[in-house]
Amino acid sequence: MDATILGAAVINGLLLGGSYALVAVGLTLIYGVLHIINFAHGSLLMLAMYGAYYLLVKAHIDPYAAIPLMVVAMFAAGYVLYRGLIGRFSHGKDENILLITLGLSIVLENVALFFFKGDSQTITVSYSDRMVALGPALVPLPKLVSFAASLVLCAALAWFIARTETGRAIRAVAKERQGARLVGIDVEKIFAVSYGIGIACLGAAACLLIPSFYVSPSVGNLFVIVAFTIVVLGGMGSFAGALVGALIIGLTESLSGLFLGEALGQIGISLIFILILLFRPTGIFNK
Amino acid sequence: MLEVRGLRAGYGEVEILHGMDIDVAEGEVVAVLGSNGVGKSTLNNNLSGIYAPFGGSIRFCGEGIAGANPARIVDLGLIQVPEGRRVFPNLSVRENLELGSYRRGRAARARNLERVTRIFPRLKERYGQMAATLSGGEQQMLAIGRGLMSEPRLLILDEPSLGLSPILVDEMFALIGELNGEGLSILLIEQNAVQSLEAADRAYIIEHGVVAMSGPAAELARSPDLRARYLGL
Repeated sequence: MDATILGAAVINGLLLGGSYALVAVGLTLIYGVLHIINFAHGSLLMLAMYGAYYLLVKAHIDPYAAIPLMVVAMFAAGYVLYRGLIGRFSHGKDENILLITLGLSIVLENVALFFFKGDSQTITVSYSDRMVALGPALVPLPKLVSFAASLVLCAALAWFIARTETGRAIRAVAKERQGARLVGIDVEKIFAVSYGIGIACLGAAACLLIPSFYVSPSVGNLFVIVAFTIVVLGGMGSFAGALVGALIIGLTESLSGLFLGEALGQIGISLIFILILLFRPTGIFNK
Repeated sequence: MLEVRGLRAGYGEVEILHGMDIDVAEGEVVAVLGSNGVGKSTLNNNLSGIYAPFGGSIRFCGEGIAGANPARIVDLGLIQVPEGRRVFPNLSVRENLELGSYRRGRAARARNLERVTRIFPRLKERYGQMAATLSGGEQQMLAIGRGLMSEPRLLILDEPSLGLSPILVDEMFALIGELNGEGLSILLIEQNAVQSLEAADRAYIIEHGVVAMSGPAAELARSPDLRARYLGL
């Protein structure tokens, strides 16, 4: 095998992993605090991607410039969803949250199908086709930007969780709800904020993905299965795990694509998933 | 400062407290004693707003707090150090203490950190360590330290001696005396009747969800009935 091709596949894999990272970090944050898998993750990502798409098509706002807007909008959407729907109807039962988010994803996907139709949409921006030489690989500029911005945003989020008062409260609620209530933390509000932050990650991810990806009502499913694998691989609830897991999964997909053929790239991911469940079900970063 | 009147409370359909009256005056140490399952924790959880009572009233510093949310009750300075410590295992000792002043006492956080680590020098040594790695005694110190960070007006200590070695239990009761000496009112929920009656000004004995006996702690400690049932004498 030619070292150049292999090198290019590695670089492409890492870039791909970077774009998965934000989606996975949002999922792992929600899991870590609420102890549920957010089944609406994929469909909310899809909504955010349509948001970024229409902001460009209708309002001529560049996807990268739309990041702050989409982050705020998706945070608000997540916060309100939790307060108005998920938290209200779950009655404190984790399995109810699970069902509500699952139901939500079905509704969102079908509403999207109704309004946006089933066709895939893509956008073209001036930098869509620009390529950048990166070592042995020639990579599309949007993928490089997506990778770098993903890492920066993950780091910013990690800083927020580690250093701010709200971040401390989020970590406290994640492991000890009763203790949190007794120091006066509004646990329900922290749930809503955490859900909001997890969904805000999707707002940023959508803006970073849309210049190099398509959007359709079912696009979220592609990402949610991958993100779920990443979260399990890294260790449910672990930030560092989600980031490292994303890079590993990106690499896996790219390399198995190289060795098995493009169409079979995802087989590697499923294989990894089975291997984790067999040998280290708590993930890399969880004790 | 705390007036509980006719408190009825429980979980779901089951009533556990059937009309309970309890008072704590400014500067007092009041003990609530009873064996497992008589409703001590139910009382606590209602005082702290974790559960809303079925009936009766709870007034703290003149304000009705029955069914108020826990944050509001913390704001007023009614702070509970819960049974089983409930420290944040995944946060460092320092972060645990800092979160003690999440709502109340934030302005004086630095000063109170200093004070708490003076009371518990051990916590200072463990400052950067995750709370999960502390011993049971250290976790109890941390839980009390976290409570003190919110500048309580009334501190509820729920079974602080549970699971501690005899020496640490002695230290715990000595600490209760010291904190009270500085003017802090304390509601002590305990099974350990002997030492609690020594430490308290007044006491309530709870049985089957009602107050079975109450009065000055020294008097209760001499009561033949109580000595037979709780002190094994």
